[in-house]
Amino acid sequence: MIFEVQGGTFGYKDTLILNDINFTVHEGEVMSILGPNGVGKTTLLKCMMGLLKWHSGVSLLDGKNIKTIKPKEFWQKIAYVPQAKGSAFGFSAIDMVTLGRSAHLGTFSQPKEEDRVAAIRAMEDMGILHLKDKLCTEMSGGELQMVLIARALTIDPSMLVLDEPESNLDFRNQLIILETIKNLSKKRGISAVVNTHYPEHALKISDNALILNREGRNIFGKADEIINEENMRNAFHVQVHINQFEFEEKDYKSVVPLYLV
Amino acid sequence: MGTGKKKLSAGALGLFLTILPIASALICLGIGRYSLTISESIEVLLSPLTGKEVEPFAYSTIYMIRLPRIILAAAVGSGLSCAGTAFQGLFSNPLATPDTLGVGSGAAFGAVLAMLLGLNLISIQLFALVFGLLACFITYNISRKNGKSSIIMIVLSGMVISAVFEAAVSLMKYIADPEEELPVITYWLMGSMSRANYDNLKLGLPFILAGILLIFVLRWRLNILSLNEDEASSLGMNIKIMRLVFIIASSMITASSVSMCGSVGWVGLLIPHIARMIGGNNNNKVVPISIALGAFFMIVMDTFARSATAAEIPISILTALIGAPVFVTLLRKTGGAWS
Repeated sequence: MIFEVQGGTFGYKDTLILNDINFTVHEGEVMSILGPNGVGKTTLLKCMMGLLKWHSGVSLLDGKNIKTIKPKEFWQKIAYVPQAKGSAFGFSAIDMVTLGRSAHLGTFSQPKEEDRVAAIRAMEDMGILHLKDKLCTEMSGGELQMVLIARALTIDPSMLVLDEPESNLDFRNQLIILETIKNLSKKRGISAVVNTHYPEHALKISDNALILNREGRNIFGKADEIINEENMRNAFHVQVHINQFEFEEKDYKSVVPLYLV
Repeated sequence: MGTGKKKLSAGALGLFLTILPIASALICLGIGRYSLTISESIEVLLSPLTGKEVEPFAYSTIYMIRLPRIILAAAVGSGLSCAGTAFQGLFSNPLATPDTLGVGSGAAFGAVLAMLLGLNLISIQLFALVFGLLACFITYNISRKNGKSSIIMIVLSGMVISAVFEAAVSLMKYIADPEEELPVITYWLMGSMSRANYDNLKLGLPFILAGILLIFVLRWRLNILSLNEDEASSLGMNIKIMRLVFIIASSMITASSVSMCGSVGWVGLLIPHIARMIGGNNNNKVVPISIALGAFFMIVMDTFARSATAAEIPISILTALIGAPVFVTLLRKTGGAWS
């Protein structure tokens, strides 16, 4: 699978939000989208998946304009993991995960035993089978995020699109989510496009990165090349220091914000 | 909690919910000023099949008066509960009711208009249906902006349309003849199953049954509709069309039951909530439980309405007086644990 965006532009009325967005995601690659609050990261995700329409430019899945792909077919390949927010009705985790089978089921059909099995397997993969009967409205943010990823996995997708999956989570849960995304890409070849506020997280899991800034100058490239002190200063108006160190014979990078510029 | 045990209890629940409306119907057939035991009722009911001689008065009481009423009550109860469940899922709002879209008020306006024009029953039903769907259509169109309609806009425009049609109904009551027309309209607006007969049922019932059937077969999709819009789309569903199907099905049910028995409040709120308390929030279960409970509730209410006192009690007064305390008790007990 190859997913591409070429010359994507989007705005509301007079204000241009996204200007000339270009990137490519190959099979098994993770791409992070970095940028300050309100720069249009979520809008970009919606545009690239066709939930909002590009004003100009195209999204291509395997070279085909996604507008020409049947929605059902498209959503069998691309799985969207929205920000974990509560819904009005408390579905149990297993019911919520089973909803992921929707694109594989006929309009009038009910989920069958095999769909239940797929849901259970996805929850097992995510290590959250013990949450099976818990109501989504009673879950912590981390638990709900894992349930939503499990739901996306039941689709059996080629690519995950995750909207700030690790924001609002504690240390440990952040690591769990990040490791999960990385493992899915490396072991199962599932690509991922991830929105994040944290340059450090982008460095940790992604092959490529797309940096958005308010001036409309977007930078796309290898994550460890373009996530540098200069680009961070331009995008976030913050002076950072990127620290490289070794711990237990493994290399790590940390990004320390120093002062506003 | 073993799955075996759960499956068994789900089966038992299913059996209970199937028997409940049927049993209540059989019992209520025998209740009234001319009372019959259950076995007598069954004997009379089956007499056309068995060819057994039964008392003509019993036969006509059961077949011409009580049976159509009970069929109507069951259909309206199931239908409004189903429509309530659908609207609540659709708007991801546990407080949405069949009246949210203004369908109820629209249908009431149509029916009152037809009454004032002195039209016959069939025309009253058609007017209610047309204005109910019109109200729904206007609401849906007001709420659309840039080809999208948000839930909040639907609810707000529904309120506006309701207000307009209610004002129109008030205006017609104001100009109606206070001796002849006004009491009829007022009484009808309070709801009654007393006009039930087979000709009425033939015209109104198919709409209710079709609506229930549509909601029933699509019930799993209702779960997805209750998620936010982008999430629902990303699960590969055409939410525009699916929403419209649910809205039309629910409006058909509401308009049709308003045309046959006036406004019956509370059912669409009360029953789906009780169903959620019993079976959880998965609409796979909520819809069938609502259908069964709605039928049962309405049959019992209507029997009470026609037989508790010498004069008939308007049904919406009963559903409110009995429904409200039951609902409050349940709310207090569970603390709204369905959500």
